Amino acid sequence: MTSPTTDSVEGAPAVPRRRSAVRARWLAVLRTPVGAGAGLLLALVLLLAVFAPLLWSDRAETFDTGSVLQGASADHWVGTDNLGRDLFYRVLVATRLSIGLALMATSIAVVIGLVLGTAPLLLGRRAGRLVTAGVNIAVAFPGLLLALFFAVVFGVGMTGAVLAIGFAGAPAFARLTHTLAAGIAERDFVAAARIAGVGRTRLLLRHVLPNIGEPLVVNATIGAGGALLAFAGLSFLGLGVQAPSYDWGRLLQDGLSGIYIHPEAALAPGVAIVVAGLAFNLFGEAVAKGIGLTATVGGGFGPAAGRSPDRVSAAPTDDGRPATDPGRAEGRPVLDVQDLSVSFPGPNGPVRPVRGVSFRIGRGEAVGVVGESGSGKSLTALAIARLVERPGVVDAGRLEFMGTDVLAGSDRSHRRLLGTAFAMVFQDPMTSFNPTRRIGRQLAEVAEQHQGMNRRQAFGRAVDRLRSVRVPAAERRAHQYPHEFSGGMRQRAMIGMGLMGEPSLIVADEPTTALDVTVQRQVLDLLESVRAADDVALLLISHDVAVVGQVCDRVLVMYAGRVVEDLPAAELRTGARHPYTRALVATVPDMHVDLDQPLPTIPGRPVDPASQPPGCAYAPRCPLASARCVEEDPALADDGAGRRVACWHAGEIGTDTDVPGAAPVALTSGERA
Amino acid sequence: MSELRFDGVTIRYGNRRRGTTAVDGVDLTVPDGAVVGLVGESGSGKSTLARAAVGLLPLTGGQILLDGQPLRHGSGPRPVQMVFQDPYSSLDPRMTIGDSIGEAVPRGTRSADRRQEVARLLELVELDPARAGAYPAQLSGGQRQRVAVARALAARPQVIVADEITSALDVSIQGTVLNLVRRLQRELGTSMLFISHNLAVVRYVASEIAVMYLGRIVEHGPTAEVLADPQHPYTRDLLAAVPESTRARSAPVTADPAPAAIAAAEPADPHAPPPGCRYHPRCPVGPLVHGDREICRTTEPTAEHRHAAACHFAPAGRPLLRVAD
Amino acid sequence: MTSTSAERGATAAHRGVAAALDGPWPRFAARRVGRLVVSLWVLVTASFLMIHLIPGDPVRSALGPTAPAALVSARRESLGLDDALVVQYLHFLSGLFTGDLGTSLTSQLPVSQVIAQRLPSTVQLAVLAFGVAFALAVPIGVGMGVLTRGGRARGRELAFSSSSVVLGAIPEFLLGVGLVYLFAVELGWFPVAGRSDASSYVLPVLALSLGPAAALARIMRVEMLSVLQTDYVRTARAKRLPAPRIYLRHALPNALTSTITLGGLLLSALVAGTVLVENVFAWPGLGSTIVASILGKDYPVVQGIVLVYGAGVLLVNLAVDVALALLDPRSAIRES
Repeated sequence: MTSPTTDSVEGAPAVPRRRSAVRARWLAVLRTPVGAGAGLLLALVLLLAVFAPLLWSDRAETFDTGSVLQGASADHWVGTDNLGRDLFYRVLVATRLSIGLALMATSIAVVIGLVLGTAPLLLGRRAGRLVTAGVNIAVAFPGLLLALFFAVVFGVGMTGAVLAIGFAGAPAFARLTHTLAAGIAERDFVAAARIAGVGRTRLLLRHVLPNIGEPLVVNATIGAGGALLAFAGLSFLGLGVQAPSYDWGRLLQDGLSGIYIHPEAALAPGVAIVVAGLAFNLFGEAVAKGIGLTATVGGGFGPAAGRSPDRVSAAPTDDGRPATDPGRAEGRPVLDVQDLSVSFPGPNGPVRPVRGVSFRIGRGEAVGVVGESGSGKSLTALAIARLVERPGVVDAGRLEFMGTDVLAGSDRSHRRLLGTAFAMVFQDPMTSFNPTRRIGRQLAEVAEQHQGMNRRQAFGRAVDRLRSVRVPAAERRAHQYPHEFSGGMRQRAMIGMGLMGEPSLIVADEPTTALDVTVQRQVLDLLESVRAADDVALLLISHDVAVVGQVCDRVLVMYAGRVVEDLPAAELRTGARHPYTRALVATVPDMHVDLDQPLPTIPGRPVDPASQPPGCAYAPRCPLASARCVEEDPALADDGAGRRVACWHAGEIGTDTDVPGAAPVALTSGERA
Repeated sequence: MSELRFDGVTIRYGNRRRGTTAVDGVDLTVPDGAVVGLVGESGSGKSTLARAAVGLLPLTGGQILLDGQPLRHGSGPRPVQMVFQDPYSSLDPRMTIGDSIGEAVPRGTRSADRRQEVARLLELVELDPARAGAYPAQLSGGQRQRVAVARALAARPQVIVADEITSALDVSIQGTVLNLVRRLQRELGTSMLFISHNLAVVRYVASEIAVMYLGRIVEHGPTAEVLADPQHPYTRDLLAAVPESTRARSAPVTADPAPAAIAAAEPADPHAPPPGCRYHPRCPVGPLVHGDREICRTTEPTAEHRHAAACHFAPAGRPLLRVAD
Repeated sequence: MTSTSAERGATAAHRGVAAALDGPWPRFAARRVGRLVVSLWVLVTASFLMIHLIPGDPVRSALGPTAPAALVSARRESLGLDDALVVQYLHFLSGLFTGDLGTSLTSQLPVSQVIAQRLPSTVQLAVLAFGVAFALAVPIGVGMGVLTRGGRARGRELAFSSSSVVLGAIPEFLLGVGLVYLFAVELGWFPVAGRSDASSYVLPVLALSLGPAAALARIMRVEMLSVLQTDYVRTARAKRLPAPRIYLRHALPNALTSTITLGGLLLSALVAGTVLVENVFAWPGLGSTIVASILGKDYPVVQGIVLVYGAGVLLVNLAVDVALALLDPRSAIRES
């Protein structure tokens, strides 16, 4: 299920306008089975509410003393009441009152809720806080209790019940409005509007309300279902609609007393209540789901595009890429990857964000992987670690770790090997530890599980490992929770966790991206010293060319799911032969960049994994692109000296240039619309 | 354009008993027509200072002056405008980019003029004026950031505050935004406070550089001079930490004379800044290395050295790196 | 700081308590108690004002238009309705502290006595329903979460979500009617109404707990799914821990905290739900009494019972917050 407004339509010539996009989204909801069913049911209920009293009022109110309290028959489908009135028609006719009262109560709740919920934005800080506090206290009491309270105040009867349920629903709606509005008010565009001199009222009307409108409508719909049930409840208790008027709750109460003699009288209004309630509920939730989907889409490209299958969509890609040479690695490699690909099911066949990746890592070697977001570098790391979950599928000609084929066999059979010899360091140290468990225990777990240690031994080892990654006061800190650690310390602890076993390979996926430079240096130094001390191989994934260049021996450059160049790190700036590598290096300003020149930029945008072109994926952005580039995808070819490059024009202009600014990179503003 | 001056600015969050002083007595001047780069790690208070400059946060102490006059935030566009870090959150998704820019055009402008002004601004930031009716979702990150710059310019600001405006962008795109900033600065003479954690980026756009640590400015001077001859040990550490692909791998930074205690030091907690010099628990020329420098623990250094470096032993340090050949 | 000995052989609760006492705990407690006091005050004041918000003379409307004026004014006097509002309020407050909630208008019994009589059976009902709802929701929700993660077992997911949506959308009194029809009228397994032996508890407890259980199970499943997608579960998988350990030791506690957060409101709604269920089953508790009193305009009794229900709800909320603070070391800090 993709929404009609995804990032992929950006820049397309015929872009749908926003309003029609909203309509399209609601229509898309109606096209799902649940949405369609609920919509139909809701339409039916509303139609009944309008037309039933016009059509069947007479039959519902005709006394028939000849057939009092009868069971179901051909004449009376659900029997008759104590005055001989037909219950089937009474239930149908009661639709209008039941629905109408519920809608009135909902409107009261919505109006009061909107006023209370947006008041904190309009009033000053102090008055706003007071309103919020009041709402928070009121919302702690369940609606039914509030409804009973207000029913006493407003009096027993129809009007009293409408007011009671409306007032009782208001706090919850106020809280929702407040939460949503506060969420929007925190966004930078509201701050920007304030700086631009937009007043509070206009801020609310132009910026806040339009952005919370859809969830409010959805919740009002669900709320109407709730009001319907609450009303039935009050009427059932005798506190709502009074005879001779009747709604479903009233009919239910009348029927309940005779449930032994003829249960239909109680069940029919009961069914009506449930069906109508469900219609509102389901419709609201179906729409909520549709809206929720799109909310995740607008968020732009995260660093690990392709990790979740929803990020990628559409279009199958070509197969049968020439088997690429896996590159150099002395002796028996720690890791040997050949023709690795990862695919996710898409609406138009599988999408492959990683395609035909091959490389080897030797003992103690440090290999870097660089590329922009969406290039497939993080997904490559996850695939190697066997951490891609369904529905993602990992394929490879060969995926050997320490000479063991880890692609074959079950996860269970490789658990010990991967658990002790393969270490992973993830990007975000703030989220990669379990917040409810102590750091020491999270480390110790590894040794308990794979090395057969008991709790105490394992904890001792954990403290020892924390010490080895220079966590100060390791004994004490092992007893702390992750939230008591700073980002840099957590990343150390994460590395320490990898060292619980005896790793031959550490895969670090953007390990320093979330950290400050000074802390980044400490973490990189730590990785370096671990590598040096135990001859551990390192696969370092980063978007930062400088980081990779500083730490690694060899660099793999990825673009659109493929390795486009494999070269020694020392030659990144001087010896790159792929135009993308050169451009990537040149666009990043370093401490030596010429201040009198504009920065080089790469025109265009990265390719969408869902629609890979048949030729070289970089061709549309490449200054060297020729007709062949557009038609035929170049293979990753070895130059005999261990360097590999996938380009028809490899090294064509100035391979020997040592002025980075002079690399053949377009000096344009790039993505001019 | 005008001069923006922070005069003893202090900003506290929270209540009196359990608050955090995010910015503590900052004096900083953005001269007319200059770009001042403000660097520092997360939690140093740079973004807090930026938000205070545009009136999004109240000052606890001190004042902010624009051409010598205290800054006032009445109705209408504010004289100091801001470009935010995340272009995905700084544009209203329900408003066309033209409307977003137009909203910042001073009121009283006729709608035809307003449209013309929006077109001119889009042209200025190198976007097609015909796309004024587009929604932010239809634009890439770099394009959005340029719209945000146009909106800031629409308010005819006297100073622009740019808060980490390239850090949410992909590397291949950040250059376009930096080039734009430099061009605007050259053509319009915009005074700008340019905040970034990336020294290389600041070096590229800023004529002056100010280094912030735990709510204080610890060093401030012309960019080339500060980078070539940093006076404060924190500035030196920052420079040394910049990853350099060209740096020889055989010289890992662990070879520092600094003891492991400093190499493994944790960043200080902004909620509980240390007494004396705030950098002393991490400082390679401080009491952890030189036992006799007890003064660092007890006395706050004044900024009376070259580059206004706030360090008791500032001149003692030698430049670690030679930058800008 | 916690000691090593505390760590060894510590249970989950122990660890939570140790962490909570670590520092933010007293602050959390102070703030939480402060909020409870304010809420209680609002509750007491609202229930005091309730009687004064009723348009017209509550005594006149209680006794009916035909009652002699002398009787009305005598009643008004005995209720203190002729005093200044502040005096009445202070009197009401002092009465609360001595356990004096006034006198029923209809039965002339002290309200506190009425409540004391009826409270136990309502509490029994609510506590049992509480237990049943949790006992059903947690294992089902966790199981479904694990089964349907990453889009697995679509058929079972559909069956689960549709049945739980339907069950969650049926209000407790309707469920009660349905259960009575099926199990009491048709099958005759349980009594139709009233409170007698153990079998009479089955249907009311089910009617009260099935809806919240379905909703809780749904929440539990969604939370489980989202926890299974977190970075720290990926870390646990990278450690190659066996699946049960990942689900039960890493995912469950985290999923449970957010489930309790979201389910807290549901549980306090369950307290109020007793009103409806008691009326379906003619259960001799507070719920049937309050409805009878509202209809009979016996305002002092209504006032007293509203107070008791409100206090019960606040108690549940407090219990939920404390449970959260114990389960999740961060929540006491986050609390603000």
